[in-house]
Amino acid sequence: MAISHFLHYAFIQKAYLAGSFVAVLCAMLGLFLVLRKLSLIGDGLSHVSFGAIALGLFFGLYPFWAAIPVVLVASFFILKLTQKARIYGDAAIGIVSSLGIAGGVILASLSGGFNVDLFSYLFGNILAVSTQEVYMSIGLSLVVFTCVMLFYNDLFSVTFDEEYARITGIKAERINLVLVFLTAITVVLAIKVVGIMLVSALLILPAATALQIARGFRGAMLISVLCGVGSVLVGTTASVFLNLPAGATIVMCGLLLFAIALTVRNLRR
Amino acid sequence: MATVLSVENLSFGYGPVDVLNHVTFAVEKGDYVILAGPNGAGKTTLIRLVLGIAGPYAGKVELFGHSLSGFAGWGRVGYLPQRVNAFNPLFPATVKEVVGLGLLSQKSFPRQITRGDQFRVRQTLELMGIPDLKDTPVGELSGGQQQRVFLARAMVSHPELLILDEPSTALDPQARESFLESIRRLNREQGITVILITHDTDLIGRYATKVLYLDRRVVYFGPSADLCNSPEMSRYSGVCPPERAG
Repeated sequence: MAISHFLHYAFIQKAYLAGSFVAVLCAMLGLFLVLRKLSLIGDGLSHVSFGAIALGLFFGLYPFWAAIPVVLVASFFILKLTQKARIYGDAAIGIVSSLGIAGGVILASLSGGFNVDLFSYLFGNILAVSTQEVYMSIGLSLVVFTCVMLFYNDLFSVTFDEEYARITGIKAERINLVLVFLTAITVVLAIKVVGIMLVSALLILPAATALQIARGFRGAMLISVLCGVGSVLVGTTASVFLNLPAGATIVMCGLLLFAIALTVRNLRR
Repeated sequence: MATVLSVENLSFGYGPVDVLNHVTFAVEKGDYVILAGPNGAGKTTLIRLVLGIAGPYAGKVELFGHSLSGFAGWGRVGYLPQRVNAFNPLFPATVKEVVGLGLLSQKSFPRQITRGDQFRVRQTLELMGIPDLKDTPVGELSGGQQQRVFLARAMVSHPELLILDEPSTALDPQARESFLESIRRLNREQGITVILITHDTDLIGRYATKVLYLDRRVVYFGPSADLCNSPEMSRYSGVCPPERAG
């Protein structure tokens, strides 16, 4: 199939469009999360969204509309557990994430099985994204992107040195809340692209790749975004031509970019 | 003379453990105060309280005549933390990006770095003698260079009060001398008020105009020349020569 012909397919255009917007968000937020040692929050929140999607299906709601508020609340709980319950962030993520999975499994069992296959959300399918989901991805992506731009220096300062950021008058608790809320929305959006099981890869891999070769923070963010979008576009295309699952192929492309960056870094030394 | 920092009857503790008891002193404009004392004396805690990052406390703290709770002029205060504390050497940040963070104290939402700010960053790097390092990742610098970068971050907002927490700990003797000399110049030539926390009591006679000797309470506060005339100081060995203490 010629590439020019291939690009005329509506499902490919929708996949590229929704995937690119979500990849930009994951790459930007992932950089803050990786540097703050909060990489696994994406994994935890995606597990919560499994429960939330089951909840939506159980009550006959559109699953993503149910997932967004539930995941937002879960992200708030992760933050509060870390701050108030005297436990480390990874333990807080573990607690909330297992609650999500357990809740999802119980709801699936109570319902006696859903008409829509809950387990299809585990691995996503960007090639089956609907027009409504494209609009939702673009709309929410623009909201998240605007927030990141408005809070860019606050997020950078808190990530670099939280105590110093407080001294310069930045409300670090508020910025942490902004970061986890934006991550929660992004995780829900990314489920359609790579599925619940692989969301954290879309958050972590582009950032980890950028950290191998970037010298400055803006440069790291740019490289992270390019890697994220590149993985989605190449991975989606390759999955069609090679007849492979789209989510897993996107993640493999991200891993390949990471391996290249690691090699470049080692050659530089 | 204008009072830059005023602390009255300040007491603070972690649970039942008292860390500071009824601490009272005032720092005037142009002072170079060395804050010294034994380990666990409460020096860093005192500075954290003054900077509003610890609390709650009993007593009164005022910066530039304003109560700490309502103080909004953080751009007037520059702070150099202990370098090794929080800095991740693998963090991808260039010198100019890190120094630019010092300007955020003067900005309200959304805090954006403008071209004018970038010019101020370049000026400050020149003042610190490191203009060529602006695009270098901070993690690739030597200890002395990193310390200058963090001093530049503290200085970029043109502060009137500069607080330095053990700034020379990680430096070799040559870098230490050069760094302390630049602090002295900032105090004498630009009139910046300096509070420097140190364990190194040798610095007292060489740089400070005043000394605050702390041991959970104020043991001595006054001109550095009179420190060793204080009878209280006889209890602290190694600070004053034996024949002068008390």
